[in-house]
Amino acid sequence: MYLDSGATSQKPRQVLDAERNFYEHSNAAVHRGAHLLAEEASIAYEGARQVLADFLNAELDEVIFTKSATESINALAYSFGNSANGSRFALKPGDRIVVSEIEHHANLIPWQQLAKRTGAELVWFSVDSEGRLDLSNLEELINPSTKIVAITHQSNVLGTIVPIKDIVSRAHSVGAVVVLDACQSAPHFAIDVKALEIDFLAFSAHKALGPTGIGILWGRSEFLNSMEPFLTGGSMIESVTMTEAKWAASPKRFEAGVPNMAQAVGFAAAINYLNELGMDNVAKHEQDLTAYALKKFLQLDKVEVIGPKNNIDRGSVISFTIEGIHPHDVGQVLDQYGVAVRTGHHCAWPLMRKLGLVGTTRASFYVYNDEADVDALIDSILEAQKYFKV
Amino acid sequence: MELDSLYQEVILDHYKHPLNKKLSPTFTAQVHHVNPSCGDEITLNVNITDGIVTNVSWEGVGCSISQASTSIASDLMTGKNLEEALKIVESFSDLMSSKGTMAGNEDVLEDGVALAGVSKFPARIKCALLGWMAFKDAAIQSSKN
Ligand SMILES: Cc1ncc(COP(=O)(O)O)c(C=O)c1O
Repeated sequence: MYLDSGATSQKPRQVLDAERNFYEHSNAAVHRGAHLLAEEASIAYEGARQVLADFLNAELDEVIFTKSATESINALAYSFGNSANGSRFALKPGDRIVVSEIEHHANLIPWQQLAKRTGAELVWFSVDSEGRLDLSNLEELINPSTKIVAITHQSNVLGTIVPIKDIVSRAHSVGAVVVLDACQSAPHFAIDVKALEIDFLAFSAHKALGPTGIGILWGRSEFLNSMEPFLTGGSMIESVTMTEAKWAASPKRFEAGVPNMAQAVGFAAAINYLNELGMDNVAKHEQDLTAYALKKFLQLDKVEVIGPKNNIDRGSVISFTIEGIHPHDVGQVLDQYGVAVRTGHHCAWPLMRKLGLVGTTRASFYVYNDEADVDALIDSILEAQKYFKV
Repeated sequence: MELDSLYQEVILDHYKHPLNKKLSPTFTAQVHHVNPSCGDEITLNVNITDGIVTNVSWEGVGCSISQASTSIASDLMTGKNLEEALKIVESFSDLMSSKGTMAGNEDVLEDGVALAGVSKFPARIKCALLGWMAFKDAAIQSSKN
């Protein structure tokens, strides 16, 4: 019973076949070489970009392939940090970056460090006892000095889906950009970047049925084309002399070097697989399963769900603690019963400290999970309680 | 069941009733160690006078393995001379990296041999070593002071 898709998902055969097929039939360096194979590789790679663009309702030149969401967010933070004075992305003392307490380290540390490097101030939304963000101080927090608001769409620990509409409109009203960490949302429900009105978005393929080593950064093209690249090198230039270089337009500007081609093709295969299932069906399946699981969890003795206990604005991640048993020990017993879960602080250490917890055990569901998996999880929790005599 | 090789009764006893789990008011060295992958944290005090470990005390949060292991280590080290204590730490480290091939010398490690099974669970070895490494660090610091 694999209940750890929040960390990484399993991959369908179609994804493995797509990667293999690329290596067997189209392998060459994209955008280079005068031969047919290079042409085919480029078609496959750019085709993958189109699949991602369509998936997000974005424009083709706005989709940048990276190694992962972590790299996407770092690239963005470094790009902002490299902006010339006077650019709308340049930060100086007195400017503000807004994040939240529920961020994964990947959407906290890059901003925390950017603030340190530039003298900007880092402030954050707090989490309430139910695991929702407290947005009551929205107007104070996102003040006219705010340049960047970086927020997760769905918490990887609590399952909370952040209602970003008000955050986005407030951010835009003060001229700030909104960066959305969609790692836990894009794999699970339909995302439309135009409807969300956000400015940047990141997610990794490996949590969305796709391969490791590939993710995307999406950004509005009017921004991307005025931003500094983070990595420089081959393919990202318009012209080069011994002393100067001019950047190509997005997406090339942000894709220095020979990219992860087979992985991009595998990513597209994963997205096609999800499209065939239908993202609304994926979301419905997970909602039903979460409702079923929550109901069972709430009947357990000495087990506490950490995060929203109802199924409103909530994804299919369930964190819990068992009185008297440390999460690491819970995970060990569950593993013995063939139930794979994640334990610990889930790369959200500040959140754990805020909640006064050393960690949680987390079950996360995806398209291949069903009620029998939930039943096995619940049974193994009862076994753990028996084993540790609590 | 395989779990029983990990969670020996001795370990569960130490977990429920840890020894020396209250920081001493004075110490010759104090260290704070964390296991960043699971968030376990301990603070450990040692008193070493004239080369003898007179007292080991600690405070912290963690799983049954890390708590029990620290409890066992703190008890074992008390009263030993420094050199002997560091040798015991080394012998415990060897046991942990034995991948289940060693049973451990009970004359040297006492209750520590109950942790032998941990060496078959790679993800738990760090838990078991937390208190021992903290002690080693503190002992070395103390001897430098
Ligand atoms: C909410 C969230 N953000 C960011 C990340 C980082 O993703 P990756 O490690 O694929 O870069 C994760 C993955 O655990 C996540 O859950």
